[in-house]
Amino acid sequence: MQQEVVLAMLAKEPSHGYELRARLRQALGPAGEDLNAGQVYVTLARLEKAGLVESGQSAGLPDRPDRKVYALTAGGQQRVAGWLAEVSWPRPDLAEFHLKLIAAATARLADPLTIVDAQRRELLRRLREAQRAAMAEPDDSRAALLLEGIVLRLQADLRWLEACERHWAVDKDRS
Amino acid sequence: MTNTGDTSLLRARGLRKDYGKANAHLRAVDGVDLEVAAGETVAVMGPSGCGKSTLLHLLGGLERPTAGEVRLAGRRVDNVGERAVARLRRDAVGFVFQAFHLLDELTTIENVELPALLAGRSPRAARRRATSLLEQVGLADRAGFLPSALSGGQRQRVAIARALANDPLVVLADEPTGNLDSAATVEVLRLFDSLHAAGQTLVIVTHDSRIAATADRLISMRDGAFVDETRLTGGTGLSRSTGLSGSTGLSGSTGDAGAAGGGLGAFAGLEG
Repeated sequence: MQQEVVLAMLAKEPSHGYELRARLRQALGPAGEDLNAGQVYVTLARLEKAGLVESGQSAGLPDRPDRKVYALTAGGQQRVAGWLAEVSWPRPDLAEFHLKLIAAATARLADPLTIVDAQRRELLRRLREAQRAAMAEPDDSRAALLLEGIVLRLQADLRWLEACERHWAVDKDRS
Repeated sequence: MTNTGDTSLLRARGLRKDYGKANAHLRAVDGVDLEVAAGETVAVMGPSGCGKSTLLHLLGGLERPTAGEVRLAGRRVDNVGERAVARLRRDAVGFVFQAFHLLDELTTIENVELPALLAGRSPRAARRRATSLLEQVGLADRAGFLPSALSGGQRQRVAIARALANDPLVVLADEPTGNLDSAATVEVLRLFDSLHAAGQTLVIVTHDSRIAATADRLISMRDGAFVDETRLTGGTGLSRSTGLSGSTGLSGSTGDAGAAGGGLGAFAGLEG
């Protein structure tokens, strides 16, 4: 779990660990299904050690074992501000698959089109899963927006596979 | 008519279609075998020009094959007379096209009831059926509108309702989302999903991965032939992961042990 994400979720107001987790799960929807409480608490402990959050006991409910309330320190607030301003974007790694096709074709180890077909099957299964999850979300769901992003990326990857298919089919005809 | 006694609703054997003649011919469909079970949704994907639309036309009796045979519910489609094939197209098959093909001068409900009227149903029965179909596709309140007053997604939903007018054995759809934007595509995806849940048999040819991903089974076509086939739903022996939430089938890995990447969480970049 990325530290900045947990920090940013605390920016609104001091919160219990379980509240943070609930907020994260609501924002992520089905994509956050795997998120367990342990990940959030481990991250909070690290952040506390680094001086980015501080914890205090809340008056809270006596039957709650977890009565710690976490709040951002000045350093934590600074880190969140820096994170929001930072421009970062994951780069999809297409080179590996591209090289796989070239290696298969040049060394005549396998038919690149067979490899494309297998990859397409896998991506379509993922697309199916993400699409079903997106359609099951209510209209005002923010998690649906995340799922839409996942669907769009998969569509882009599938379009690239079509381009791979065209290229290697022509290549095959020539040889 | 003979019945082959097999369990598939739609069956093609050795299907071939050539255009042109002698040495200048183009083989659009080249030796296709296909079986579609009742209630199944099958998507055929492939680049444009791969022969998938021609295949759909052969399956629905819109064109005749050069060789091979097509059976729908055990009855030959490919070699019967003009009148029989016209009846079949009208009663047993529902077509959905990329460009909707609605009649512009008829209202929504008139478009939907037309096939039932042509099949000789009474105007009252046809209207009743059309009304219930428009409800099913969520357009009951648009019954009196002309197609020109509808959005693309709505027009395609009307076209789908029309395709269902005579309770066809199979619905054949040719790029049903090809003219639609993303939001309208979702409307059509939802509708096909509900038809599938209701047991309608569907064959969709498309290069839209979104609609292909809704199918039970996916066939890839190249140069007129089937080159790959995969089942997207159960029964493949792929262990769908545990800990799934209800029917959405999320979390954890998606299946093949060897395949990289986990469930949606991994996709959203949450792991690690």
